[in-house]
Amino acid sequence: MKPTALILQATGTNRDLDVAEALEQAGAATQLAHINQMRAKTFHWQEYQLLVLAGGFSYADSLGAGKLLALDLQSYFADEVQAFVAAGKPVVGICNGFQALVKAGILPGRDSGVGATLTFNTRGQFECRWVTLQPVSTHCVWTNTLAEPIYCPVAHGEGNFITASDTDYRTLCAQDQVALIYAAESGQAAGGQYPINPNGSVGDIAGICNPQGNVLGLMPHPENHIYAHQHPRWTRGESAGSGLALFRNGVAYAASSQL
Amino acid sequence: MSNETVSAPLAIYRFVVTPGQAAPDARSAGYLADAHALGFTEVTGICCEDIYFVEGAFLPADLAQLANRLLADPLAQRISWSAVDVEADRRAHAELIDVALRPGVTDPVAEQIVRAAPEIGVKGVKRACTAQRFYVQGNPLPPEILDLLAKRLLANPIIQRYELGIIDPIFPQEAGASGKVEVLPVRQMNDAQLLQLSADRRAALDLTEMRAIQAYFRAEDRDMTDIELETIAQTWSEHCVHKTFKAQVTIQNPQDAAAAHWKAQAQANNLLKTYLKAATDQINAPWVLSAFVDNAGILAFGADSEVSFKVETHNHPSAIEPFGGANTGVGGVIRDVIGVSAKPIAATDVLCFGPQDLPLEDLPAGVLHPRRIQSGVVAGVQDYGNKIGIPTVSGAVLYDPGFTANPLVFCGCVGIAPRGKHGRDPKPGDRVIVLGGRTGRDGLRGATFSSMTMDAQTGEVAGASVQIGAPITEKGLIDVIVRARDAGLYRAVTDCGAGGLSSAVGEMASGLGATIDLQDVRLKYPGLAPWEIWLSEAQERMVLAVPVHSIHGLRQLCEIYDVEFTDIGVFEATGRLVVCYGKAVTLDLANHFLHEGIPQRHLQAQLPHYDLNAYAPAIHESAETILLKLLAHPNIASKAAIIRIYDHEVQGGTLIKPLTGTKNDGPSDGVVIKPIGEPGMDALILSTGINPEYGKRNPYRMAFAMIDEAVRNAVATGADPAQIAILDNFCWGDPLKPENMGSLIECTRGCYDAATLYGTPFISGKDSFNNEYLSKDGQRQSIPPTLLISAMGIVSSLKGLVTMDLKQPGSAVYLIGKHQPKLAGSHLALVCNQSTSSADIPEPVPAAPQLYAALHAAMQSGWVRACHDLSEGGLAVTAAEMCIAGRLGMEIHLPAAGNADALTCLFGETNACLLVEVAEENKAAFEAQLGAFGCALLGNVTAEPNLTIWEQSETMFTLPVEQLVNAWQRTEAK
Repeated sequence: MKPTALILQATGTNRDLDVAEALEQAGAATQLAHINQMRAKTFHWQEYQLLVLAGGFSYADSLGAGKLLALDLQSYFADEVQAFVAAGKPVVGICNGFQALVKAGILPGRDSGVGATLTFNTRGQFECRWVTLQPVSTHCVWTNTLAEPIYCPVAHGEGNFITASDTDYRTLCAQDQVALIYAAESGQAAGGQYPINPNGSVGDIAGICNPQGNVLGLMPHPENHIYAHQHPRWTRGESAGSGLALFRNGVAYAASSQL
Repeated sequence: MSNETVSAPLAIYRFVVTPGQAAPDARSAGYLADAHALGFTEVTGICCEDIYFVEGAFLPADLAQLANRLLADPLAQRISWSAVDVEADRRAHAELIDVALRPGVTDPVAEQIVRAAPEIGVKGVKRACTAQRFYVQGNPLPPEILDLLAKRLLANPIIQRYELGIIDPIFPQEAGASGKVEVLPVRQMNDAQLLQLSADRRAALDLTEMRAIQAYFRAEDRDMTDIELETIAQTWSEHCVHKTFKAQVTIQNPQDAAAAHWKAQAQANNLLKTYLKAATDQINAPWVLSAFVDNAGILAFGADSEVSFKVETHNHPSAIEPFGGANTGVGGVIRDVIGVSAKPIAATDVLCFGPQDLPLEDLPAGVLHPRRIQSGVVAGVQDYGNKIGIPTVSGAVLYDPGFTANPLVFCGCVGIAPRGKHGRDPKPGDRVIVLGGRTGRDGLRGATFSSMTMDAQTGEVAGASVQIGAPITEKGLIDVIVRARDAGLYRAVTDCGAGGLSSAVGEMASGLGATIDLQDVRLKYPGLAPWEIWLSEAQERMVLAVPVHSIHGLRQLCEIYDVEFTDIGVFEATGRLVVCYGKAVTLDLANHFLHEGIPQRHLQAQLPHYDLNAYAPAIHESAETILLKLLAHPNIASKAAIIRIYDHEVQGGTLIKPLTGTKNDGPSDGVVIKPIGEPGMDALILSTGINPEYGKRNPYRMAFAMIDEAVRNAVATGADPAQIAILDNFCWGDPLKPENMGSLIECTRGCYDAATLYGTPFISGKDSFNNEYLSKDGQRQSIPPTLLISAMGIVSSLKGLVTMDLKQPGSAVYLIGKHQPKLAGSHLALVCNQSTSSADIPEPVPAAPQLYAALHAAMQSGWVRACHDLSEGGLAVTAAEMCIAGRLGMEIHLPAAGNADALTCLFGETNACLLVEVAEENKAAFEAQLGAFGCALLGNVTAEPNLTIWEQSETMFTLPVEQLVNAWQRTEAK
């Protein structure tokens, strides 16, 4: 049976249909569900095999990107989300979804012992540009079998990943929680160099996972590179780095763990 | 958690959030850079903080909760708080400037504080508002400098107030409900009194119109209410009925006319019908589903869908409050597309500003600096498009001193819908439903405001005309209306734009009738008079005609997506619009009078005199110097710094992006959108044409050139020239000046001639007049006559789509089309400071449509590797841009262009020409296909990254591509 992904919408979520398309192309069924529908129990958490927090500007990014959606998660669904994560089901938060997962404490995860947040890009502005993502983590279920770097756009103003201290950063690395880093097309880490690293994130971090490896958060948008014609240079015959592979990993993991 | 058994006193608290990272943070650094650019060299540092005022009954634990869990990010920011102590705050703080929104201005962050506080267990929040604090360092910084800094950079008095020191919060005043209606004794007024009434109410109605109103009320045998006058003024405004375009125009000097056209007839009746709609009717394209009727033009798309396109201007609001003006301009045009039941899938923006380096002493009184206007407008477009999740994909940015006081902000939106599902017919008994934001005093009289000349006082008097948008609220409207459409829950829908409910309900009820109760309208704050509720231009509202049996379903949808739903009345087959406030009838007008009663305007036109002498300036600079100057000219240079702060990838449909080529930084001719979720491979291509240099000189040829440019850009990207529709936007000065009407009718005549030649129907259009500024010495400044043509082409497959970057060393480079370069109105003349009044700008090319059809066929055959149009800067700039985008070289020989000298040939501008890269093996086929239209083999693409131009057997110049890149990207470093 096809695994079904629950795609959570808040007021201001806007890449929900983009990620739904990606998940369906990757073999999943999808259900879009507004927070209000989850509160009204129109849909039930336990019926889904994947959880997706899509990109956008939930609550207009008021008081910090993802902050108010994180409060919703903590206030209304703390137990449900905790159960979903603890069951080992794949969860992904993209861009605004990543910001919400971090601000709700789901990433890097309370059991990780790492303090982290996402703040304003070092250049102080929103930027939309294509970046290369080098997979790092060996146990993140979304990225550990990626055969090549992903090439996809970023589109954010608050994607600068920082940790509470250098020790926290080292712990994050040591726990294999760095899932994706910004890299040159050769695969070499950006080393903080703009625009390869578009936002100034520590250690060029583009995405992290929880210690268990089933929850991934990332700023870039692999869901916007799932077709060959979305590649910026398809008219030059270039095609590498589809983001679809990431979603296939998540969906395949959900399908196999159902067994 | 607050302990509810212990009561705390009601108080207002001030929370101050400071960036926690090492100073300066990027936002503060940006303000400092802006201060320096505006000439505040004595300022050495700015640190920017956020202030939140929260009123409520809080225990200390509540305050800590609010601070640490809601208002600040403890890892990235620091926060402090204390109760507001008005007396203590009165102390002057020399180094501080606090800036707060005026009460009543939309403050979405404050709304979220009130909404979210209960989620962290803080229940006592009564209300909130926000402010910003600037610590300014410098030596010395006297108060008058700080005051100037606040006025010029940090605060805009239209929507904000500031203090040199600590600011206290102000909330909208509580006021009782007001049913106050003023009766205007219009029946007894003489002509002077009628005009005075129009002026006092800023109604922008002339004497003929006021007399028509008087005659109506004499026949009705009663006096008029204030809400009736306001409603008529809005309904009859230029913005709503296009009375200039529908006027009867008498030509004063037909004997001077360049064209035989005006010698035969010294009259023009209804430019809209005679020249724009007539072209559409004559072309009669079966794929045009709706033109000039709905809120947006509509084309067939794929097997079962339709796409809609609308472009609006928001010039006057953007002049006085750039962020809010552009922000609501984007929001407004998106609502036009929602108003044809479509899902918005792309946004466009074309911007015209004054010179960014304008010296402060040259700035007219009461006008914001062009630099500040640009940064505000760009931020406003960014904020709305990015937050609502619509890719901003296509546009242009132009600079001219004529736009200093009157910037132009064109906002466009494209939508998609299942074909034929848009309802247009309310039925008697259907409820009048308002969805979305609440109504406040926002934007009163926007439609008439947009019809007035700007003067030094406009900013103050018309302050309420500018608003701040709430894109997230509008996103909710999209979510609800698209679903309601699919479920068939409404019979008609339209947006609240200029004129607010008066226009929206008035329009929807124009064939039927309606009765409305204003007491049912949800307000942001009490105290609005009936006319204010009815005319308010509060953003993010849509009006629907909903059958009673669908009310429940629609209400449920609204609850899911957090959209407010309000039932304000009923459609009735009475032929009258009736507006009540409770039991009192405040407005009762016959539809026929309201919508047909406006007298036709009679205007005078003085045709322009065209000096068509060829223009041949003496240029002493070398070709390579000129090329580098052209590449760095702000109109031509890279716009990446702006494009990249717009999200042009959201929705995943942007297949050919605004920036293209091997480093994703070349300038695309057009962009291609393939809407996600649509079956099939159909895609649409968007492009634009705009050039005020041409409008200053020859508005007839401008129309031709702009339609050619828009079509050519689309065809260069792969559009089928047989399936391109266009939109017109006219921005002009005061139409009561005969010379302005003269240039306007010449331009519309050009529009007709060009559209029928190219077979490109107009599907929608908009005009913006009175783009004039009255300076203190009484001199009128008017913008250059400016026509924007926006094109949308439709293709059924992605085959034949092409980008403009050079692809392959060894390819042949062809110049196709008849190369007739002109220097009048050219950018060469601009960069060499050569002025001319010559009207000899590029001429119409009758064979252009055949050329484009042949080129399209060659692209479909796969013979074209890259293609770029010749526009500002001519052949040399086109070649340079292709090299830049491909990071490859090109070696070409100057083509023979009649008697033109080498500089004219290199930099002269022309219609209907393109530079094309063709693979060696396809040369013969390509030449056979294009030979009849002009197809000159100029040279080839080289691996060595140099642009080399040969004139006969001599090298004119060789420039390394990196040098071209550096010149062209001068703006990117910002």
